[in-house]
Amino acid sequence: MTQFFSRHRNILDFAIASLLRRRLKNLSLLLLYTFIVALTASLIFFVQALKREAALLLKDAPDIVVQSLMAGRHDLIHVDNIERIVAIRGVTEAAPRFWGYYYDPVFAANYTLMVDRELAGETGSAVIGQGVAKNQRISEGDIFTLRNSANTPTLLTVKKILPYESELLASDMILVAPEDFALLFGFPAGFATDLAVTVANPRETVTIAGKIAETVPNSRPILKSEILRTYESIFDWRGGMMVTILFMVILSFVIFAWDKAAGLSAEERRETGILKSIGWETGDILLLKFWEGSAVSLTAFLLGISAAYMHVFFFSATLFAPALKGWSVLYPAFHLKPHIDLYLLATLFFLTVMPYTAATILPSWLAATADADSAMRS
Amino acid sequence: MIEMLAVSKSFNTGKPNEFLALDKVSLVINRGELTILKGPSGSGKTTLLSLVGCMSRPTSGKIRLHGMRTAFMPQGVQSELLDISSLPERFLTEIRRSNFGFIFQQFNLVRGISVIENIMLPAYPTGESYGVFRARATALMEHFGIARHIHSKVEWLSGGEMQRVAIARALINGPELILADEPTAHLDSRLSREFMNLLADFRKEGKTVLIASHDPIVYADPLADRVIEMRDGRIVAGEPG
Repeated sequence: MTQFFSRHRNILDFAIASLLRRRLKNLSLLLLYTFIVALTASLIFFVQALKREAALLLKDAPDIVVQSLMAGRHDLIHVDNIERIVAIRGVTEAAPRFWGYYYDPVFAANYTLMVDRELAGETGSAVIGQGVAKNQRISEGDIFTLRNSANTPTLLTVKKILPYESELLASDMILVAPEDFALLFGFPAGFATDLAVTVANPRETVTIAGKIAETVPNSRPILKSEILRTYESIFDWRGGMMVTILFMVILSFVIFAWDKAAGLSAEERRETGILKSIGWETGDILLLKFWEGSAVSLTAFLLGISAAYMHVFFFSATLFAPALKGWSVLYPAFHLKPHIDLYLLATLFFLTVMPYTAATILPSWLAATADADSAMRS
Repeated sequence: MIEMLAVSKSFNTGKPNEFLALDKVSLVINRGELTILKGPSGSGKTTLLSLVGCMSRPTSGKIRLHGMRTAFMPQGVQSELLDISSLPERFLTEIRRSNFGFIFQQFNLVRGISVIENIMLPAYPTGESYGVFRARATALMEHFGIARHIHSKVEWLSGGEMQRVAIARALINGPELILADEPTAHLDSRLSREFMNLLADFRKEGKTVLIASHDPIVYADPLADRVIEMRDGRIVAGEPG
């Protein structure tokens, strides 16, 4: 066993000495390789962290949202339906929600206006998201205006800015009192945008949604799991879009690496011949190439992963922000919470380290199977 | 002892450019002898060396080695008569690195790495402890007067120094047999004579030495126990064909 480890250690030792000989070539390869791993890992970390963030935010979302449909179009729902829904066995609560999109031509931004029942009676007050605060350059205590349905300005005082954690989805949010909401949108009494339904047993959600659809005519119950799935598919789609762009970069790298790693130079072929002639087996040479390839790819992998971690979790994925962020209409500038999925990390390892190592071993195998006496004839 | 029985070696067998490098050569090389193969280029000297040194296999005939150390034989048992003509590459390599030390015409040193790393190269895959073979390499460098170049890159050395590095490398695994192919081809007369003196030391230590050369300084040296002349892949003098 000692002999086994000594052999590996000695060959690894020589592999590193061998790599250091071609410093410039190997360093440039390492840098490019690290960059590719960092880009790919950033993308994976970013999409994963976004999905996780969205899931965390939605954990307090209602189990079912009931919308009214008018010939297939989303319409306001009558609050009388609440009584019918609450009567269904298994429903804990049903509450009206009032929300709508608001386009601000001055700042060229879309906001999501929503009623916060805690603000009832506090007309003229608003709780706003970080994006709105940045966009309008306002902070707590400041006054801003929104044009109402009568085309006159409504003055609102910033009571609070929504906390940092909810930034991803609530960046463009403006929470107002029910009275202000009705005034802004000219909202008819007795109606709500949709109804939020809480279910006692999550396993019964699908059944209850079916019953709601039967009980409330022209209604469309939307499950929380469906919303989560929509978020996930949107982030996956955005991730996929980046993968498509990255694919070209990765492809260029593969060609570069193949050229560098696979194309053994005349000098390397000569060395392989020398090693064979002085008593190295084909297996020893493959082990040497394996360690050379592993040293480069593992270093690139570790450096790339670390760089990706820094990029995504410390620098808010600056490179991807324009393409990937922006579920809400204002781009939120937020920091993701560090989270790494080991399964994805392992996948990335196999996608980046294994092909390079294989690319270094295969051509060496062809060279190493040459007769040992080739060195004597060189 | 090495015994060759009607050994032939051809290259590109079955192709229009088939070439017979050795033609039914029979030869016995005794333990502790200094044997010189002389002859012009293309006479088959290098091919014969590569066959004896387990670098390639004969096309026909038998090569037998006596008293070789092999890791694949039971421990403590020396092979009394080992036919290497058809052994797989792994076994040939094992015999080669345990029993033979090679000195090549072009020295065949690996550029870009240090002198001591070059000397230690044959020992890396043996699984021996690094400290042990490094100590041996340092001792060999002292012996050959190249210790001051321990960390120098081989390409910085003179021709004579390079050859001493090549000799030290050939000796790192403590071989019984030294095989040298045109070892003085790149040396001046003084260095060539120095080289022959080193070979005399090997012989005194009981090592078997086999040299292929067409340099008169080598084959006319009185140290040689036997000079075998080759031409067109056959032995023409020095040993019954």
